[in-house]
Amino acid sequence: MNNPYIVLPIILQLVAAVVLMFFWTKTKAQKVLSIIFSVAAVLVAAYLLVEVWHSGILITQSGNWKAPFGITFVADLLGVTLVLVSSIAALGVSIFSAGSMREERLKFGYYPVFHFLVMGLQGAFLTGDIFNLYVWFEVIIISSFVLMTLGGKKAQLEGAIKYVSLNLLASSLFLIGIGFLYGLTGTLNMADLSIKIKEIQNIGLVNVTGGLFLVAFGIKSAIFPMYFWLPASYHTPPPAVTAIFGGLLTKVGVYAMLRTFSLIFGGDEFMTVTISIIAALTILGGAFGAMSHRHMSKIFGYLIISHIGFMMVGISIFTEIALLGTIFYLIHDIIVKTNLFMVSGLVLKINGTQDIKDLGGLYKSYPLLSLLMAIPLFSLVGIPPLSGFWAKIFFVEGALEAGDYLLVISVILGSFLTLWIIGKVWTEVFWKKGENLPKQANGVYFDELPPIGKWSMVFPMLLLSFVSLYIGLGAKHVISLSQKIATELVDPSSYIQVVLQNQVP
Amino acid sequence: MKSIIFKTSAKYLLPVLMLFSVFMLLRGHYLPGGGFVGGLMAALAFILHSFAFGLEETKKMIVVHPGLLMPIGLFFALMAGIAPWVFQEPFMTGLWYGEPLRMVGMVGTALLFDIGVYFVVIGSVLTVMFSIREII
Amino acid sequence: MELLLILIIGLLHAGGLYMLLRRSMFKMIIGLILLGNGVNLLIFLLGRLTKGHPPVIDGNAKIFSEIYADPLPQALILTAIVIGFGLQSFAIILIKRVYQVLGTDDLDELNSTDEEI
Repeated sequence: MNNPYIVLPIILQLVAAVVLMFFWTKTKAQKVLSIIFSVAAVLVAAYLLVEVWHSGILITQSGNWKAPFGITFVADLLGVTLVLVSSIAALGVSIFSAGSMREERLKFGYYPVFHFLVMGLQGAFLTGDIFNLYVWFEVIIISSFVLMTLGGKKAQLEGAIKYVSLNLLASSLFLIGIGFLYGLTGTLNMADLSIKIKEIQNIGLVNVTGGLFLVAFGIKSAIFPMYFWLPASYHTPPPAVTAIFGGLLTKVGVYAMLRTFSLIFGGDEFMTVTISIIAALTILGGAFGAMSHRHMSKIFGYLIISHIGFMMVGISIFTEIALLGTIFYLIHDIIVKTNLFMVSGLVLKINGTQDIKDLGGLYKSYPLLSLLMAIPLFSLVGIPPLSGFWAKIFFVEGALEAGDYLLVISVILGSFLTLWIIGKVWTEVFWKKGENLPKQANGVYFDELPPIGKWSMVFPMLLLSFVSLYIGLGAKHVISLSQKIATELVDPSSYIQVVLQNQVP
Repeated sequence: MKSIIFKTSAKYLLPVLMLFSVFMLLRGHYLPGGGFVGGLMAALAFILHSFAFGLEETKKMIVVHPGLLMPIGLFFALMAGIAPWVFQEPFMTGLWYGEPLRMVGMVGTALLFDIGVYFVVIGSVLTVMFSIREII
Repeated sequence: MELLLILIIGLLHAGGLYMLLRRSMFKMIIGLILLGNGVNLLIFLLGRLTKGHPPVIDGNAKIFSEIYADPLPQALILTAIVIGFGLQSFAIILIKRVYQVLGTDDLDELNSTDEEI
């Protein structure tokens, strides 16, 4: 079905960025406008989800060029769900940055760049063209470069060098992959590629191209041998930036893998085995890394890697039940990881440090706040009614069904290690008897903030905790949504049919 | 680079290059050229001027901060993108105004988009170049 | 012509990778630029070469009477060049800043964010 307005989430973020650029130095106006635009984006995304749920996949051919010649924007359930979840996370971060971001960073265009970043994310989720996906990826990484270096502290610059160089390399590999695909099939539309790639005789070359995509998206989503840039750079920018990075950036890589491996490559045995080994090693590598660190943001950074591994489980098995787990986990992880980095940002704001050896006694001084922070921490582990739990059942079930016992063991071990790590963080930061930490001269502490500043940091956590409680307790709805998405991924024929409309398949 | 020949020629080259960049911008729809090339050429004209007369002089001449050209250009491009929505057409569909005008050619959203690109390119190239020059 | 392009692409990729593996930050960025150019040429080659027939079609022509070049690879390369221009200029400014703040060009000395626990 055609609907010209499905690009509205992208346009809205662009409008937000352009409007905010005109208010370059007026930071108060920027804060208010950014929150207003983010709320509007959530509403638009929710409307779009309802629309797609009721009337099926919606498309628009930009410039009125028929597919496969023009760039098609496709709003299928997977894309739209991620648009909604990412705009909720972005709303949280937008409010959180209003309270926690320093003035001098806001004056260098933090908010416009932030909206460009979110625009890139929404574009990547909605596009149906592989080269356009590359363009959105570039929009994302160039905005993330700016956000990462904004402020120019020593550690930030050092982390940024690693982040920038590896991302540039990944983009080059992605582009090589696109070049091969175009050379092989003569088309860039993903639905059209899906049909034409099956007619290629030279399976080896298709697999090499698939490998290039795996490496390119793998660097971006930090899977096993390519994750070292993430813990080296993610803790360096301010907490609000880390929250949006940790919550959303690596997940775009996972989304791109889901899309390309469901539509273009897939069903190849060598690839399946490789991805399953990578998934197991990613889970364990991330968890062991997290165990060996004491800095809260670094621990959470390694946990991102470990949980990317969980999502790779679904991509490697590629049955409906395992994909159901991946989709569910993706939705849960975006919300919870964003929330988690806000928690570590708030801890930093309260105590002036993130070293868990020095921290302590938070439960005694802020009991209610600690309970709020417990929600994302224990959702991440997946204590039964909370949101992380349901997805893991599907992973184990899917892996058992496929007979891949390596994955079963690593998923269970990975969850167990996550529990151990979160337990350690909880006892060290919240239950242990606190010491008086030396105050840093230049920082503004949480106690000294005006009430509105305090609320702007606590409210987004409340919002995201509420969402993650909903995912956990109202799992029925999320599971039926994920079920439908997983069915569409396993059998993409309806996607292809809608995109290519009047074409003979 | 304060040679008199360079300074004098830069003074006359600036308007010529600007005119040429606008020419490039306008012929871009059917022939080689367009907003990006035109924008680069205009930015080069300003950079040449800054080499001859120093950065401060050029900044004084442009008056506005070159960074401001970016949101303006983006705004034009955005308008060109969403204008077709008024006529229930998909995003970015080309809309054209009747007959071609003299000197300008066909007027439509594609031209508006190109003008947007032109401003964004001038703005971003000058911002990058000026900040590199300031660091060095 | 294809053979020449293949050789150039191979050389650019090899040079780019070699430069990336060096320890100097400055050489790393040169490596990335070489690699980017290699990739652009690769797309150009994979989009099939058509010699002497630009993808600009005469305005009065009603039918395509002869072969003309595929405009899509050229559009892709142009986009990639523009994006590459933005990313590389950012990376160069970043390297300059890093060199000013840290006073070193050696990537092996940029390990404080990795090592501290």
